[in-house]
Amino acid sequence: MSGNGGDPLPVLTKADFSSDQETRWCPGCGDYAILASVQGFMPELGVPPDKVVFVTGIGCAGRFVYYMDTYGMHGIHGRAPALATGVATARPDLSVWVVSGDGDALSIGGNHLIHALRRNVPLKILLFNNQIYGLTKGQYSPTSEVGKVTKSTPFGSQDHPFNPVSLALGAEATFVARTVDTDKAHVAETLRAAAAHRGAAFVEIYQNCNVFNDGAFDAVRAKGQKEHNQIRLEHAQPIRFGPEGERGVVRGPDGRLGLVSVADVGEDALLVHDAYRSQPSLAFELAHLAALPRGPTPIGVFRAVERPVYGEELQNGLDDRHAAIGREQLEDVLRGGETWTVE
Amino acid sequence: MPEKSVEKLDRVVVRFAGDSGDGMQLTGSRFTDATAVVGNDLATLPDFPAEIRAPAGTPHGVSAFQIHFASRDILTPGDHPNVLVAMNPAALITQLGSVEKGGVVIVNEDGFTDHNLRKAGYSANPLDDGSLDDYQVFRVPMTSMTVRATEEIEGIAPRDAQRCKNLFALGLVSWMYGRPTEPTVGWVEKKFADRPQVKAANLAAFRAGYNFGETAELLAVHYEVDPAPAPPGTYRNVNGIQALALGLIAAGVQSGLQLFLASYPITPASELLHALSRHQRFGIRTIQAEDEIAAANMALGAAFAGKLAVTATSGPGMDLKAETIGLAVAMELPLLVVDIQRAGPSTGMPTKTEAADLLMALYGRHGESPLPVIAPSTPADCFMAAIEAARVAVHHRTPVILLADTFLANSSEPWRLPEVGSLPAIDPDFATDPSDFMPYARNEKLARPWAIPGTPGLRHRIGGLEKEDLTGNISYAPANHEHMTRLRADRVARVDVPDVEVDDPSGEAALLVLGWGSSFGAIQGAARRLRREEELKVATAHLRHLSPLPGNLGAVLRSYERVLVPEMNMGQLSRLLRAEYLVAVESYTKVDGLPIFTRDVMEQVRERVT
Repeated sequence: MSGNGGDPLPVLTKADFSSDQETRWCPGCGDYAILASVQGFMPELGVPPDKVVFVTGIGCAGRFVYYMDTYGMHGIHGRAPALATGVATARPDLSVWVVSGDGDALSIGGNHLIHALRRNVPLKILLFNNQIYGLTKGQYSPTSEVGKVTKSTPFGSQDHPFNPVSLALGAEATFVARTVDTDKAHVAETLRAAAAHRGAAFVEIYQNCNVFNDGAFDAVRAKGQKEHNQIRLEHAQPIRFGPEGERGVVRGPDGRLGLVSVADVGEDALLVHDAYRSQPSLAFELAHLAALPRGPTPIGVFRAVERPVYGEELQNGLDDRHAAIGREQLEDVLRGGETWTVE
Repeated sequence: MPEKSVEKLDRVVVRFAGDSGDGMQLTGSRFTDATAVVGNDLATLPDFPAEIRAPAGTPHGVSAFQIHFASRDILTPGDHPNVLVAMNPAALITQLGSVEKGGVVIVNEDGFTDHNLRKAGYSANPLDDGSLDDYQVFRVPMTSMTVRATEEIEGIAPRDAQRCKNLFALGLVSWMYGRPTEPTVGWVEKKFADRPQVKAANLAAFRAGYNFGETAELLAVHYEVDPAPAPPGTYRNVNGIQALALGLIAAGVQSGLQLFLASYPITPASELLHALSRHQRFGIRTIQAEDEIAAANMALGAAFAGKLAVTATSGPGMDLKAETIGLAVAMELPLLVVDIQRAGPSTGMPTKTEAADLLMALYGRHGESPLPVIAPSTPADCFMAAIEAARVAVHHRTPVILLADTFLANSSEPWRLPEVGSLPAIDPDFATDPSDFMPYARNEKLARPWAIPGTPGLRHRIGGLEKEDLTGNISYAPANHEHMTRLRADRVARVDVPDVEVDDPSGEAALLVLGWGSSFGAIQGAARRLRREEELKVATAHLRHLSPLPGNLGAVLRSYERVLVPEMNMGQLSRLLRAEYLVAVESYTKVDGLPIFTRDVMEQVRERVT
């Protein structure tokens, strides 16, 4: 053992973050792949599992917490960001992760999500978007496309869907990214970037629900299609995609983003991604390149900017002072205001 | 000029009333501070509209502040004012009904313009038509005298000067009752230190009012109220909100836990958020959440993380927090929920009191969801009630609802500061031992371990899904749910609640008056007066713990021929007692947005005791 204070962190493995509970999602659910990626990524965090807290809401994604061998809270529907805000602001020494779904985070819990993001609470928020209510057996969700036929919309949904990345950007999130459940390397890379971010990190994960909404993300997920449709955003790189990188994104003469053949315009004409730009307009435009993941769709980090982290200022210095509070200080507080003495 | 005569009184009730922009709450609270310094016992009742500025001059824009002070121990803000200060016709028309016949009515004569009389609903000027003949009316042109008194101050517009008329009224009444001027002068100097003109104008108005009393021929008498005998000690004046805030701070110190409050602004509970936010330097963490639900969840998250977690609200917020409180019941975490009850349903009357959330606190969640409920009885008692609620929450690992009300929150009284060393200890007793750790194992209180994140080897997951006994794993097993449901009920039933004490000086009373919450003062006051003045035999008792109820309560109820339960609701405790004990308690209910008065209880007792 080292003799100069502090035990060295033991080398952690995926097993250290995997609980003994049997996973109970439907066979073939995209959640399995995400769970494996998260458990696999956790040792990289450099934080012992005792200092990690997962917080979830209701829905299939809510069960995630039971499969992580960390501290965990499985809350009520939609409130995970609020519960997690309590944990994170009370204990800045912890690494706090929220796992939520499209119904949980964007419908019943929309308010908490946007406020956690605008406050920049130090939370890593993973939104498993499957565009459907799975646990309640197949109603349309706030990310389902117009016309979606489900049990609750037998003649097709009339609701305009949310674009989660656009919503997070609108809420002034400081870190916004998107990835795809089965793309292990890309999920790990995205988690790494989210973990490194100071403040709230929002990661939308396209997640296939093979029972109630199978194939919703085939364009960016299925072999043979994803190679053509995944637009991988990388900071400071020209935005190009396709099996040979033969297509790209440009800003057209009308000021709008457009998809082009690189051969037609030349590489220099391609738009260069800038995730660090404080202005969110480029990230917005990229989010709106694809209204739904039916064709070419950006994934990766849309935006990663610095802003003061919620509670950090307050917490600095607070601990010392708190440690000093004792009965003498309490006497002073009680005597605050006008007092008089009766002999 | 003849020397003015001094008359001794043992108790006085003064009510200041004016437009909601007239500064009546300020006037009342300054008068209260000066009265506290004299050493009188006192109790106050602020009474104001919810609107920040209701239409000026109208009856529903009237804001009032009542103070009862005495040379003996008193318990309520008083039923009938002896003195009404009315700044305009609307204040007079709305408040006169409660003034005792023969009482003093001091009016700001300048406020009685034709325009204001019409707005208030008077067809003739009551100062001239003989309708006030039953009262001693003093017409004082407060506005114009205030303007004259401030004329010399440079940079003060007449409009600003007029706004100081409340200080004139305060000066006048301060003279009438021999209140010292120093506390008010000191307060004005401090409050307006940065605004010398405003400071000078307010001081000039205050002195003008005081001097007017002393010199004008109008008022022949002034009064003295001797200090009330009180146990030795250091005192301060507190309202319920201040006492709650101090109690929560003390609970933090006593437990060694950082205090964490998450709240959403709501009348009247916002004041607690304000009070604790001011104390951030004492390590208190406050968050203004995005909504009531978030506030409850943030507090619950902080509880899991090892803090003394509190969320405070009023009725509408309680509706919204219900699901989260249920989650806290399932998670078995310490969480304090402060409900400052107000008149409902729905938005109801945000600034008016009621105590109609009792059954909601006890039963207002889906499923079997038991938790302890504690109610303070006086403004100062909010201090000990907060510590008690924290103690129960931490020791028994449970959410606790602290049921105060708007009257307690706003009303104030002198409070003898407790010895800090005598406050109860609260032991968080965090789990630290990883050997055989099970998150839903239990101690003799049936409380589970509080294992906070960061503790090596105690990683566990908790949630709203039913837990397997001991392991805390998810379980839908029929026998386990039955077992856990009963365990949760037993855990609350095992909270150590002291026996209810009965005050029955004659030992021969046939009637017991049983109260809870802020009815304490009225019930005790009524019983004292009936015993002293009418030689009636009546017993009283008061409940602080509404869940679980004291172990001896059934026996106490059965030992009296009749039991009367006065409540500011439609009979919620009565129902509970009948259901629990099969005792035919009699209910007296009052839901007018005002506290129960001593006279209300006296009448009810007289009807039942001869």
